[in-house]
Amino acid sequence: MKFGIMVNEGPYTHEASDTAYLFAKAALEKGHQIHRVFFYHDGVNNATRLTEPPQDDRNIVARWSKLAAENQVDLVVCVAAALRRGIRDENLAEGFRISGLGQLIESGIQADRLVVFGD
Amino acid sequence: MSETTGGVEMQEDVSGVVKKFLYVNRKAPYGTIYALESLEVVLIAAAFDQDVSLVFLDDGVYQLVKGQHTKTIDVKNFSPTYRALEGYDIEKLYVEKESLAARGLTPEDLIVPVTLLSAAEMSDLMDGQDIVLSF
Repeated sequence: MKFGIMVNEGPYTHEASDTAYLFAKAALEKGHQIHRVFFYHDGVNNATRLTEPPQDDRNIVARWSKLAAENQVDLVVCVAAALRRGIRDENLAEGFRISGLGQLIESGIQADRLVVFGD
Repeated sequence: MSETTGGVEMQEDVSGVVKKFLYVNRKAPYGTIYALESLEVVLIAAAFDQDVSLVFLDDGVYQLVKGQHTKTIDVKNFSPTYRALEGYDIEKLYVEKESLAARGLTPEDLIVPVTLLSAAEMSDLMDGQDIVLSF
């Protein structure tokens, strides 16, 4: 099955991003495809290269980048939501790209299921 | 990037497919950004010629209440935008009857005409959708 994923909360404060990542990873391991992960609301904060979590904790941003590199997952950050929150190309982590909300709608059209992770 | 289609060039593989998109608004208009950013999604989505419906339930019904005054909290009152949805061919607005009644509101308190649905009918509406985006 081809999944689209929407992540609506930032890292660490809320579990939505963790759950979305674990879902994506599990789906890929089962042989499903992830069409795109779209980051919206505070979810855009998953894309900043400036986070430095403690060594003994998971690195949520790096984990997304690794998932993208290993599985060619398209990580898209909403431009309007990103600009509001100070996420720009200059501080964007590896594997993410900034684009418009149309990418979310397109994912809904092209994927078999669009799964929303948020509050 | 195209302004109206949010970064997507209309291509063969997108045009022609019509899915049923439902936007579920559950939160009060101010206090969090969900309502405003949900509306931004809906406006972009209108360019994709999909079958769009909006639902308002729980505190989400407050998004449609007439006479919002936001000056003292220094936030833009975006409620007039709901009146503009008709111009984007978004005309299916549903409000959950129980949510409205629980807050002492009636359809006359709302800024746009809506269809009232019971919680059970709302469940049927959701069941018939291809995509449900919850805000």
